[in-house]
Amino acid sequence: MGIEIKMPALSPTMEEGTLAKWLVKEGDEVKSGDILAEIETDKATMEFEAVDEGIVGKILVAEGTDGVKVGTVIATMAGEDGAEEAPAPAAAPAPPAAEPATEAPKKAESGTSKLATEARAQVADPAIPEGTEYAKITVREALRDAMAEEMRADDRVFVMGEEVAEYQGAYKVTQGLLAEFGPRRVIDTPITEYGFAGVGTGAAMGGLRPVIEFMTFNFAMQAIDHIINSAAKTNYMSGGQMRCPIVFRGPNGAASRVGAQHSQNYAPWYASVPGLIVIAPYDAADSKGLLKAAIRCQDPVVFLENELLYGRTFDIPKLDDYVLPIGKARIMRAGKDVTLVSYSIGVGLALEAAETLAGEGIEAEVIDLRTLRPLDTATVLESLKKTNRIVVVEEGWPACSIASEIAAVVMEQGFDDLDAPVLRVTNEDVPLPYAANLEKAALIDASRVVTAAKKVCYR
Amino acid sequence: MVLIRRFEEKAGQLYGLGLIGGFCHLYIGQEAVAVGIQSALTPGKDSVITGYRDHGHMLAYGIDPNVIMAELTGRGAGISRGKGGSMHMFSVEHKFYGGHGIVGAQVSLGAGLGFAHKYNNDGGVCVAYFGDGASNQGQVYESFNMAELWKLPIIFVIENNQYAMGTSVNRSSAEDQLYRRGESFRIPGIQVNGMDVLAVRGATEEALKWVQSGKGPILLEMKTYRYRGHSMSDPAKYRSREEVQEMRDKSDPIEGVKAYLTKAGVSEEEIKKIDQDIRRQVSEAADFAESSPEPDAAELYTDVLVEQY
Ligand SMILES: Cc1ncc(C[n+]2csc(CCOP(=O)(O)OP(=O)(O)O)c2C)c(N)n1
Ligand SMILES: [Mg+2]
Repeated sequence: MGIEIKMPALSPTMEEGTLAKWLVKEGDEVKSGDILAEIETDKATMEFEAVDEGIVGKILVAEGTDGVKVGTVIATMAGEDGAEEAPAPAAAPAPPAAEPATEAPKKAESGTSKLATEARAQVADPAIPEGTEYAKITVREALRDAMAEEMRADDRVFVMGEEVAEYQGAYKVTQGLLAEFGPRRVIDTPITEYGFAGVGTGAAMGGLRPVIEFMTFNFAMQAIDHIINSAAKTNYMSGGQMRCPIVFRGPNGAASRVGAQHSQNYAPWYASVPGLIVIAPYDAADSKGLLKAAIRCQDPVVFLENELLYGRTFDIPKLDDYVLPIGKARIMRAGKDVTLVSYSIGVGLALEAAETLAGEGIEAEVIDLRTLRPLDTATVLESLKKTNRIVVVEEGWPACSIASEIAAVVMEQGFDDLDAPVLRVTNEDVPLPYAANLEKAALIDASRVVTAAKKVCYR
Repeated sequence: MVLIRRFEEKAGQLYGLGLIGGFCHLYIGQEAVAVGIQSALTPGKDSVITGYRDHGHMLAYGIDPNVIMAELTGRGAGISRGKGGSMHMFSVEHKFYGGHGIVGAQVSLGAGLGFAHKYNNDGGVCVAYFGDGASNQGQVYESFNMAELWKLPIIFVIENNQYAMGTSVNRSSAEDQLYRRGESFRIPGIQVNGMDVLAVRGATEEALKWVQSGKGPILLEMKTYRYRGHSMSDPAKYRSREEVQEMRDKSDPIEGVKAYLTKAGVSEEEIKKIDQDIRRQVSEAADFAESSPEPDAAELYTDVLVEQY
């Protein structure tokens, strides 16, 4: 019996990849552990090993092919006994048969897989002139372009972090920067978050413009002392003498099936600190425009990205030097019946919910806060005046959250405009579990947003 | 050195009068360290960073005593406009980068300043001062590693005054010869008599040569002693009066300098004159600090962020 070799899923979020290179040819004998091919995923280029021994039969997907879906049969292999291989058509989707481990792992329906919804229709950013052309770009590329453009414009800007240079970024966000800017400006650090956060902060005090990447913000807990005590407070403590223009960036929030220590939203932590700017964009255009603004900003910025959004493609205006204002929320969809306030990955769910609600005759207005400190309360309160109802959507814990903050602001400053209590749609108040079903239960989804929106509309 | 001594004595008095609040860490006894090191640096080129026991370093770097004292008394004319206090003072103009209240933070931050010197290729060296207690912080070693790995121009100075609050070096440090603390990072260390200003100066010159020639960081352990409590509210139960007295009698850095000066032919009168000038300067600083107004109430909200959003 021949064995089918299928496009493997090499990361939790991988859906397709590029078959970069075959390292074997038809007729080659392979042993388990031999490297069959190099596969480029959304995060990295990885080697793909043989699990079984045998002879390579037919290679069905040529090297250099892009967009090979996980599970596609890419080659066949005859077993060691030399039995005939049974070639399968390359295009056919993988049958869900019990197969060797080269098969793509069966994707469990988890909470995170639902979090990153498709990019949705949205209202154009008013900052973009009419008639502007758009290009398609992933959030990952948008972030990289923002850094590259700012590095070209200003020699003081450099990028430092774990695996940012030679590895091209743990999540491939810094891809290509080392090649363009060299090791003086794209610097791999040891695994030493507290230390390199301090080095970055000191370099900013010394006049440079560091962009410090945390592999994820979970690891920045070891560095939070420098972010808060050293970076955020110094300008104040020095009576305005000593600035600290630094960007701390990296993925934040729940990732897919990585459990509690690798899945947490720190937005409320940082957003509570005076002296910091906190930005958490949703789409590619905002990621680019706001990261460029963050790098130019004279204040320390915590820039919270989301791993599940890195691979999402959005429209981005084809404008030279696309910089957005910090501290301004964006109305993603106009509506008159209820306001859905969110940020980062929650915006996609709010937009999805808004579509469902539209089908039921409820017109939801969706606000992407984008900047969490300073918070654009004016845009929220303005929308409330129109809709008289607010639901906050946050992929994070409920207690002491951004949602709690919005609820407080709305109560203090918009009480007379409220026709219903403010509702918070947040993750469950538990560490994020690993099991797919529990993870799903713990995380927000669009249907919860729909339910909450209906509730405040008394429907 | 005498300026530091008199300044700190005055600060102690003002604290007793309730004019200075919070924590106030005096540098009395350690003067030779800051003076010996600072005198070897090039102002405007080399950068300096330290912890909360920072008055002495600032004075040694030529920063106006008036604005330092006014910061201690929390006045608007203070170097941080009264918003930093004793532990948080900075002078970007002098490349004095603080004044940090978190034990050990200045070591990573200092490595960052060294990184900036190297990045800009400006020939400057950073001096990062920290205590024997701080030398047990993890981030110190994270910084040692990166500093040596990247050959950063930085001199790490451990001011070993033998106590971290009430904990002696022997009670806190498995390796109590602190100049050896860089060994596993291949950072050379020199132990120096920190009570002798010329020894300090000489060691600093050697260290500067090492760092400026691109060999990377170096570590200086300054053996010194603080006469006063850790801060103003120190029960002083962890060491004996005799121990302190013995240091004062036998190793006082200012007496040491006097001896050097006398030997060099400086007359008693000249020394007296310096003393008097300094007393006058310090009492002026105290007057300034007492009489200048508190910060304007509106200052509460300024300097939180640089830009407007
Ligand atoms: C991270 C941290 N832990 C504890 C403290 C409280 N604290 C302030 S000074 C000090 C002792 C430090 O001693 P040392 O480093 O020897 O410096 P010295 O006071 O002798 O100059 C301690 C524990 C602090 N400020 N920061
Ligand atoms: Mg000490």
